[in-house]
Amino acid sequence: MTYVLGKLLHIVIVAGAALPGLAAVLVWAERRVSAFIQDRLGPNRVGPAGLLQPIADLLKFIFKEDVIPGHVNKTLYVLAPAMSLVPALVAFCVVPYARGMAIADVNVGILLVFAISSIAVYGVSIGGWAGNSKYSLLGGVRASAQMISYELALGASCVPVFLVVGELNMEAIVAWQKANGWLVFYLFPAWIIFLVSSYAETNRLPFDLPEAETELVAGYHTEYSSMKFALFFLAEYIHMITASALSVTLFFGGYELPWVTLPGGAWGTVLSGLVFFGKISFFLFLFIWVRWTLPRFRYDQLMNLGWKILFPASLVVVLATAGWIAMVTP
Amino acid sequence: MLPLLGGVIPDNGPRDYLPVFLLLIVAAAVAASQLLISWLLGPKTKPNPVKDSPYECGIEPTGEAHTRFSVKFYLVAVLFILFDIEIVFLYPWAVHFGGGVEDGVVFATRGALVRFLFAEMLVFLLILFLGWYWVVKKKALDWEEA
Repeated sequence: MTYVLGKLLHIVIVAGAALPGLAAVLVWAERRVSAFIQDRLGPNRVGPAGLLQPIADLLKFIFKEDVIPGHVNKTLYVLAPAMSLVPALVAFCVVPYARGMAIADVNVGILLVFAISSIAVYGVSIGGWAGNSKYSLLGGVRASAQMISYELALGASCVPVFLVVGELNMEAIVAWQKANGWLVFYLFPAWIIFLVSSYAETNRLPFDLPEAETELVAGYHTEYSSMKFALFFLAEYIHMITASALSVTLFFGGYELPWVTLPGGAWGTVLSGLVFFGKISFFLFLFIWVRWTLPRFRYDQLMNLGWKILFPASLVVVLATAGWIAMVTP
Repeated sequence: MLPLLGGVIPDNGPRDYLPVFLLLIVAAAVAASQLLISWLLGPKTKPNPVKDSPYECGIEPTGEAHTRFSVKFYLVAVLFILFDIEIVFLYPWAVHFGGGVEDGVVFATRGALVRFLFAEMLVFLLILFLGWYWVVKKKALDWEEA
């Protein structure tokens, strides 16, 4: 019982406060960084350096009218934002964000992440369908086709990691990298494929076709407003956090540092958490940086890249890694 | 490990998945409460025809919204199921390959086992590549003419 209560507290802190809080800060960071990239200031009035802007945004979302337009499919319309947010939160469950601090330390590890995050496509496609508008529908079908296409390359690009480490468990992958060095130095091509696919999976530029505002207004959430729109938004940012966390854990040593051994005990947990936070901050910054650097792909280019380049390339990387291991094993 | 947050050593059983279910419940509660809050606190106004019509850039909406869309989307979904299953087949193979669980089959060295596993996967992936090449040649993935 204490175990369940302790876990429940842990989960409420992570899923109820830390992840949405980090996503809110990320929204602020995105607006500030994009402003600096475009040589303007961005939101800087609410609180120090505009840091309270997300709270102001949240209050505004809450006090807006909760419109359910007459033309939508009501049940699905209300369900879709929740179906989009829930997998985003649950997918974070196996990520060890500090030493021994994964919510669920299961031995199938990353397989569970893929299983859960692939459910996220339902939220987007149901949202697009329920909106009963042409833009929503187009955004929804585009999003579902894009997300499933890049899931292939994403899934295959992780296989070299398991080939080398021989475990699906995230803690074991981190421990291996502590002993032998970061996997990105062994498996650089696999990491590149992983990174590109994770951008497509999170619907971020240069792959934000589902909500390409120049052609689809806002894509699958065109008909959404107030808190329901905010939930879609929140889900997208939490997916970004999870994608960065996976990149860090699988390829960049997770919560451990190279050469320096962190102390044990509670301090070690806190320090390893800070190390992890620092590493994912870099990847989150990369998401924003890429957004304001690269132009958007065309839809046929996007599908070509996914199916004709990244998917076969990821299988070639798998074979190359396996062949390399087969050659060097005595 | 902080005892406050209920950390325990996993026992690789169903008990490990209990936190995932708890997280599922908490996540659903988070989503539901946010929807509820805005429903309770937001202002209520009367619906009117303009507000109830789908957004089409301010022009009168024309025709049905659920129009027919390209069959390519269905095709991509079917191909995804095919190839995703093949990818999932790679996972147990990869774990055995690196982890070296030798299930009763006797090989002279660990290298011999690994090379055998590699040759098997080479055959599997070559067949997979053939299928993929056929799909590409059939122009199932070309969007220009669709």
